[in-house]
Amino acid sequence: MIHAAFLIPLLPLAGFAVLAPFGRRLGNPLSGWIATVLVAASFVVTVLVFIALFRQAPAHREFTQSWFTWFAADRLNVGAGLLVDPLSMTMATFVTGVSALIHLYSIGYMKHDPQFAKFFTYLNLFVFSMLMLVLADNFVLSFFGWEGVGVCSYFLIAFWFDRADAASAGKKAMIFNRIGDAGFLLGLFLIFERTGSLQYTTVFSRLGHVGTPSLVAIALLLFLGAVGKSAQIPLFPWLADAMAGPTPVSALIHAATMVTAGVYMMCRISPVLHLAPDAGHVIAWFGVATAFIGATSACAQTDIKKVLAYSTVSQLGYMFLAAGSGAYVAAVFLMLTHAFYKALLFLGAGSVIHAMEEDQDIKNMGGLTKLMPITAVTFLLGWFSIAGVPPFSGFWSKGDVLQNAWAVSPALWAIGAVTALLTAYYMGREYFLVFLGERRWSEARPTETDPSSPGYTSRGLHPHDPTWHMSVPLVVLAALAVLGGLLNLPFRPNLDFLERWLDPVVGPYLLQTHFSAGQQWLFAVADAALAIAGVGLAASLWRRTTDRPALEPRFLYMAWFIDWAEDRFVARTGTALAYFSATVIESKVIDGAVNGVASLVRGTGGALRRLQTGYVRSYALGLVAGVVALVAYVLVRVGS
Amino acid sequence: MIVGSSAFGPIVLTGITQGQRAFPYLTTMVLVPVGVALLVALLPKGSTWAIRAAGMAGSLGVLGIAAAVLDQFQSGDGGYQMVSAHSWVAPFGLSWTLGVDGVSLFLVLMTAVLFPIALAGATERTNPKAFTVWVLLLEAGCIGSFLSLDLLLFFLFFETTLVPVYFIIGGWGHERRGYAATKFFVYTFAASAFMLVGILALVFIHQGQTGVTTFDIRQLANTHLSGTADVLLFCSFTAAFAVKAPIFPFHTWSPDAYGEAPAAGSVLLAGVMAKLGTYGIVRFDLGLFPHAVVVLAPLLLSLGVIGIIYGGIVAAVQRDLKRLVAYSSLAHLGFIVVGAFALTGEALSGSVLQMVNHGLYTTALFLLIAMIYRRRGTFSIPKLKGLQGSAPVMAGVFTVVMLASIGVPGLNGFVGEFLILAGTFLTHRWWAVVATAGIILAAVYLLWAYQQVFHGKQEPDGDEAPFAEMTWREGLVLAPLVGLIVFLGVYPQPLLQRITPSVDAIVLHLEQSAHPKIPLAGQPVTSTVAARLDPYPSAVTVSISSSSGSRRHTRTNVKGAK
Repeated sequence: MIHAAFLIPLLPLAGFAVLAPFGRRLGNPLSGWIATVLVAASFVVTVLVFIALFRQAPAHREFTQSWFTWFAADRLNVGAGLLVDPLSMTMATFVTGVSALIHLYSIGYMKHDPQFAKFFTYLNLFVFSMLMLVLADNFVLSFFGWEGVGVCSYFLIAFWFDRADAASAGKKAMIFNRIGDAGFLLGLFLIFERTGSLQYTTVFSRLGHVGTPSLVAIALLLFLGAVGKSAQIPLFPWLADAMAGPTPVSALIHAATMVTAGVYMMCRISPVLHLAPDAGHVIAWFGVATAFIGATSACAQTDIKKVLAYSTVSQLGYMFLAAGSGAYVAAVFLMLTHAFYKALLFLGAGSVIHAMEEDQDIKNMGGLTKLMPITAVTFLLGWFSIAGVPPFSGFWSKGDVLQNAWAVSPALWAIGAVTALLTAYYMGREYFLVFLGERRWSEARPTETDPSSPGYTSRGLHPHDPTWHMSVPLVVLAALAVLGGLLNLPFRPNLDFLERWLDPVVGPYLLQTHFSAGQQWLFAVADAALAIAGVGLAASLWRRTTDRPALEPRFLYMAWFIDWAEDRFVARTGTALAYFSATVIESKVIDGAVNGVASLVRGTGGALRRLQTGYVRSYALGLVAGVVALVAYVLVRVGS
Repeated sequence: MIVGSSAFGPIVLTGITQGQRAFPYLTTMVLVPVGVALLVALLPKGSTWAIRAAGMAGSLGVLGIAAAVLDQFQSGDGGYQMVSAHSWVAPFGLSWTLGVDGVSLFLVLMTAVLFPIALAGATERTNPKAFTVWVLLLEAGCIGSFLSLDLLLFFLFFETTLVPVYFIIGGWGHERRGYAATKFFVYTFAASAFMLVGILALVFIHQGQTGVTTFDIRQLANTHLSGTADVLLFCSFTAAFAVKAPIFPFHTWSPDAYGEAPAAGSVLLAGVMAKLGTYGIVRFDLGLFPHAVVVLAPLLLSLGVIGIIYGGIVAAVQRDLKRLVAYSSLAHLGFIVVGAFALTGEALSGSVLQMVNHGLYTTALFLLIAMIYRRRGTFSIPKLKGLQGSAPVMAGVFTVVMLASIGVPGLNGFVGEFLILAGTFLTHRWWAVVATAGIILAAVYLLWAYQQVFHGKQEPDGDEAPFAEMTWREGLVLAPLVGLIVFLGVYPQPLLQRITPSVDAIVLHLEQSAHPKIPLAGQPVTSTVAARLDPYPSAVTVSISSSSGSRRHTRTNVKGAK
């Protein structure tokens, strides 16, 4: 069954190949169903391969499947093939699973969109790219997937291309990713130079020959790629803007899967990070700083999706904190549980946005619980999961991250703990403003959104739970968000399934922690206390009030002014430089010199002036005459 | 076996070896467009249909022959193949010597593919007869340049291409066509004069050493040049190629020429003729002046890298689609130049591959821009908006081509760029680092232009009809290009297999020739190619073992070719 692994990426690719030319003819909803069924089939194959791999002895859980040579020249040989191991299959399983659910959700969510088929075309291409990223057996093919998901993200953010904010956000995402990609590419070049290969297994077997400075450089260059893709400081602003895309896209690409690609890459290069602990520290500190900045920024947002976007930035920071600390299992654990609860929260937000007819301002919501009970309850479960309330999944995964952070540095733990409190608080604020309190919308109020935007109706607001396409994924994800902790329970050594499963890949490189049972209980109690404190804080502050300017400072609303500063100092300087180059250097200096020489020649005498007739006939004649003269000259020379 | 033998006067068959009794594909490929051009010239002016059909048939005929050449080409052989060598003007050393190797093979094929596409995509309605004649003559000139193994013959073809292009820009171009055409002609013509002097000097030096007067590059490659002569000759050749390509800072004719030329002219200038410059660098600079190449590589690498960054920056503020593509071409050619002077097999293979890749996506971009112009009558980016709304298919094709140009993996631009940068990183790390930063800029200017032109809402002024979707005819013109862009992105190996042996032969020749320490202007050359190739022996030992087999293979091939 392992040999069927090629079907995992191929099925979504087939969907793309069918939908790209025929999608519009297949129409709505058939094209959506084709896409959904193919991704679901991919999920089934993934599970079967997973089981087949599981049946192997742990030491033999690594298979490569070579397809063909992609390109080769001299020492550089890049193949196309898959690497099936516990890490890649873990990724593939949750990617296909969550993707299938979000495909199903999208059939309902995009029901009225005129570009329905195109949406699913892109979505299938995205799933294919994401699977290539995680299943590739070499860095370059992973980079193919890496860029592929970036391009699909660009397509899908700018999906409603007639909206200026969506078009700009798509472009911004691609450019920010490109900055990281330049670093990623340099990392690949350095790996190739030092090891002569770009195949994962070969590279890792040759690391002994590579000096530590090079390993640190490799790790940090690949991390730069991850900073772009996974929205870490300073390259995170694109993710907030990316919320201009359809909500299922935010759930799938900008929460559950694509943005975790950087974390996957860090886990994949765990052998490198293990030999380059300095790089690990840098990554951990960037991660925890991003976690804190993201969480504080989320506290002051008023757009239902932007709260979730900064929350995602923050949670990704936690994952890098874990990966940088050497706690790869914790990083993957958090990635999985985050995929469940954050996809859930985004889909819930999408359901609310539908009900509110595209109004995304949480200050205009309130009192939705009774009207949309399924959405409200599942959103509540998502909130408790992300907040880390025991025994929801986030409690276990975030606890795992923080415990490992303490082992590296208590300072990392402290910032992470404050962030945990903030997480429970900002999600609570969102929950109270959206679902509880009094209704701040009117049933008669005509929508304020652009009449041409999808889903527009001129009716008043009548919020209700969505169709079954959208409810089923909510319920399934809620169940996963609640129970996800079972994947890797501490305390009893035979319950850490994920740790044992990933052991063949990351086991030798894991951070070794030695906490007694008592210490572990202490951590658990602290985590639970922080979560409950955050929930309580949110309840006391936001249960009755909708406006607290002191708690929503502009500094946090603008996300520490980082985007503003980058635009101000980098983008504008670049633009000014470009204008200077085009108007002064290009026209005045370089072309000026050319034209200057030309007029100098032109002005050197009346006799010569006659040659400047502008007729090519005379130039051609000159050419011929010149050649004849030269030929004659050579003949004479040769003859003599 | 000789086509048109009477036209060449007495023909002395020299150097015939086995396999040459076959059909003279290469000579035919050069002569077919000339013959068809003459035929078209004889047709009455009014018979538009016959003229177009003849032009298309002629260019498709060349494509057919090119396909046969590809079929006959021995993969794995790095030497020249299908050589037809005929002494032409014997006392004077000029010979009709054509041959094809891995470097020129796909450039010829690309030329043969792009000309019919340019003819089919041409929108020029006035005087089709003259237009067709010039395009066909240009095709002959380009193919002849890529195939010539005789320097003087190369020069004749190289120069001949100027005249058709001059007339195409001047006759069918846009408002400032006169200025653009003259600037193009005078600039490139002046630069070529340097090369002519260089050619003659090289031949005299060679004659002095061996007593043989020949323009055959296979013999001239063995000329012993003093360091100064080597550098001077290199500079004289490079002057012509740098203007032709163009390389920064000799590029200012190109935005004018690309911008003012008609669609077919822009396509042929950027797609095919730019490659005459970069091909010249690989074939003649690297083949004839190894010492100078090693000494001056940092300079040329720097110009290439500046071109990448500068072209990207200036492209970002262009308001005219065609000029934007012109500056983006400057950046892309920068990559090709970097790959050529990195002096590694990886980078040089990537460079040759990238010449083909750039030809394909730049052609597609210019054709798409021409389609926009046909509908809206402008190249101005601020005057276009929201085209995707009513032309989603055209927007989709534009997106694919744009992504190829940005270098997204899975499309053709990536493989060449990756090989170039990875290969350059081995020998000239910091140039590679700056060049890699250049990939960010490609995304900046192209995505910006795309957003301005295709995104947003269309606001037709007055009774202007909504932007029309791509027609079937337009789709058919672009289909082969898009197909190749995708195919070469996914599976470029058939090309690389044929390119690498020839590239390895060039790199080997460079290594061997640069080894003898010939002092340059009194200074001993301390850094040889070999030393530059292996700055980190400990790391590379691992990898070299796997490829030593192919290197030995190359060496035998080189001997076989000589």
